[in-house]
Amino acid sequence: MEKMLLNIGPSHPAMHGTIQIKVELDGERIIKADVEIGYLHRGFEKTAEHRTYMQVIPYTDRLNYVSPLLNNLAYAMAVEKLLGIEVPPRAQWLRMIFGEISRITDHLTCIAPIGMELGAFTVFLYAIKAREYLWDVLDATTGARLTTSYIRIGGVRADVPENFEDLMKKALAETRKSVRDIHGLLSRNPIFLKRTRGIGVVSQEDALSYGFTGPVLRSTGYYYDVRKAFPYLYYDEIDFEVPLGERGDNYDRYMVRMKEIEQSMRIIEQAMEKMEKGPVRNEDEVVEAYEAIKAAQEGKYREGKLKLNPNLEGMEKEVYHLIMARVPRYILPPKEDLYRTMEGMIRHFKLIMSGHGLRPPAGEVYVPVEGGNGELGFYIVSDGTDRPYRVHLRAPVFSIMSALAEMIEGHYIADVVPTFASLNMIGGELDR
Amino acid sequence: MKGENFVTTTVESLIGWARKYSIFQYPFVTACCGMEYMAAAASHFDIDRFGAGLTRFTPRQADVLFVVGTISHKLAPVLRRVYEQMTEPKWVVAFGTCTVTGGLYDNYATVQGIDAIIPVDIYIPGCPPRPETVLDALIKLQEKIRKEKQKWSLRK
Amino acid sequence: MVLEEVEREFSLGKKDAADGIPTYYCPGENLFPLMEKLKKDFEVLLDITAVDYLGKKEKRFEVVYHLLSLSGKMRVRVKVEVGEGEKIATLSSLWKNANWLEREVYDMFGIEFEGHPDLRRILLYPEFEGHPLRKDYPLKKSQPRIKLLRPERK
Repeated sequence: MEKMLLNIGPSHPAMHGTIQIKVELDGERIIKADVEIGYLHRGFEKTAEHRTYMQVIPYTDRLNYVSPLLNNLAYAMAVEKLLGIEVPPRAQWLRMIFGEISRITDHLTCIAPIGMELGAFTVFLYAIKAREYLWDVLDATTGARLTTSYIRIGGVRADVPENFEDLMKKALAETRKSVRDIHGLLSRNPIFLKRTRGIGVVSQEDALSYGFTGPVLRSTGYYYDVRKAFPYLYYDEIDFEVPLGERGDNYDRYMVRMKEIEQSMRIIEQAMEKMEKGPVRNEDEVVEAYEAIKAAQEGKYREGKLKLNPNLEGMEKEVYHLIMARVPRYILPPKEDLYRTMEGMIRHFKLIMSGHGLRPPAGEVYVPVEGGNGELGFYIVSDGTDRPYRVHLRAPVFSIMSALAEMIEGHYIADVVPTFASLNMIGGELDR
Repeated sequence: MKGENFVTTTVESLIGWARKYSIFQYPFVTACCGMEYMAAAASHFDIDRFGAGLTRFTPRQADVLFVVGTISHKLAPVLRRVYEQMTEPKWVVAFGTCTVTGGLYDNYATVQGIDAIIPVDIYIPGCPPRPETVLDALIKLQEKIRKEKQKWSLRK
Repeated sequence: MVLEEVEREFSLGKKDAADGIPTYYCPGENLFPLMEKLKKDFEVLLDITAVDYLGKKEKRFEVVYHLLSLSGKMRVRVKVEVGEGEKIATLSSLWKNANWLEREVYDMFGIEFEGHPDLRRILLYPEFEGHPLRKDYPLKKSQPRIKLLRPERK
């Protein structure tokens, strides 16, 4: 019998993201597979050792770039634990809301290619459409669509804009519509079922041995969710379910993700209700920033509300203490103080200038959150200087991908595509 | 000539006009920028309006190479191979800061700008660029294609 | 609880870290039997990584293991000190994902795992020289695989 060697990737239509799978074929059946990763290794961990604690945040956005805010969250929580900072309640609620938006976009972006690669292109368009409305909310609040760097050490960057509730309602309505449409197109579609039912099956023992977490573990029927097992933020005050699968095949993984989208929307709605209303921003007499700085240089204090750059909307002094911890040693002062007072200026520069900056006490922390793909944890070692001594990401998808070879061995070559797609491989998180 | 419509043009500009609206692109998607690339391709921004909606996943049928996302040194030979497999005429778009300069990743693993590997026609800055920027870049590329000296011949 | 059991058996010193995860230092030769015992309660191997304490500690590296107990809802951290050139036991027969995790540690730090079935580079390419996460590897020292059209940095 003659065996054939086939190379799939790293640039291949079904390999969204860069990964290479070398398979040994007997006819159409895979005898042996070898998965080669690392094509998106960008040296995050090494680079982070050369950046200050605040400068690492933009890098965390680009790890799991489908749900950047959850990465921000894990990193910020880890540093806060090192520093011992308490985050104000409103910031916690905002973190929850935006974290869940991220989770929805993550799952949508996972489902979109599953459909596309199995020939259902419309699913892709519906999923991306819903994602656009969710990103509109992010855009209005954070100023960016994807890599937001919204969650900062000590809180969040900005309060929500005035039309936040309307935007959010619209986004949720559109997402519900898209989810319903995707259910209609895929969930009972015979072609889809044939391609996904009973394919890429993982048993519970294997799932644990491979260190699966998140939706992929739950699709095998194992109840583990970081939000439930080790509640952080206010997840213990929220009523939500953890959807489980039964067989651990491609279909269950798809279904768990679809159901999690619905649960995430429930969490957002409850959080919006429980979160206290923000202060109404009053339109007092407005002072231009340069006038205030000029007055401060002469040792005077210019009365009136400072007119900030539109980029700084949502971080005015009147809301700043609601979204950022009040720890002057570690947290940047509000911009009004920076422009108007000497103390604010000194505080700002003490945190920004190289050689000063945020200096957590020496020690180590491991802080996990429930990421889009499972337990996403940051392991940070501090040696007391302004730069982390070692930053390591516990990437859920790394453990999951290590099982890919075993999952596709013995199956047909065509089954590689749905199996791979349902695992939601994210290059930034896998290779770091 | 009453009642008949006609245009006069040079073959050169006719080919340029035709080429500009029939872009077959090869998306070499690696990283974060792929998310915005997806957004630009889907219904909201709809890159198809500009005649560049059809992706070809084989370099031999494509004429514009979209390099979307960070290129690491491990991936560099693959990118060059893909570029070499494309047939003339061909254009390259560097999508996102990582492909333009290396971006945030000034370190051992990342290529500092893909023009160290292959020649580039259009650079799109942004980390990642918004879809509007992508469409703007596409229009600029079309202008470039139209104005170029066209390579063509009647003989096989 | 298995933690108290192994504490007695291997006479481990417990140290609480800032995050409240119980942390143990374990001598290299005890690693495998210790992990075998711990596996009874801690079903999931979350992570293997290492830290390079060049010039700060007597033994250069610390390999850090994070385990998770799903039934007991807790985590534990085990650390092993490894000197340069020393080998450490592989856990790939206990947990399947240890295979890749150990390959990553080997790739990034050059720590070798004895008995590993397939110890080769995972994130970087075979012709790469050195191990980038070591503190003495320069951040910007790149090793291109193909001839570049222009120098990368001026």
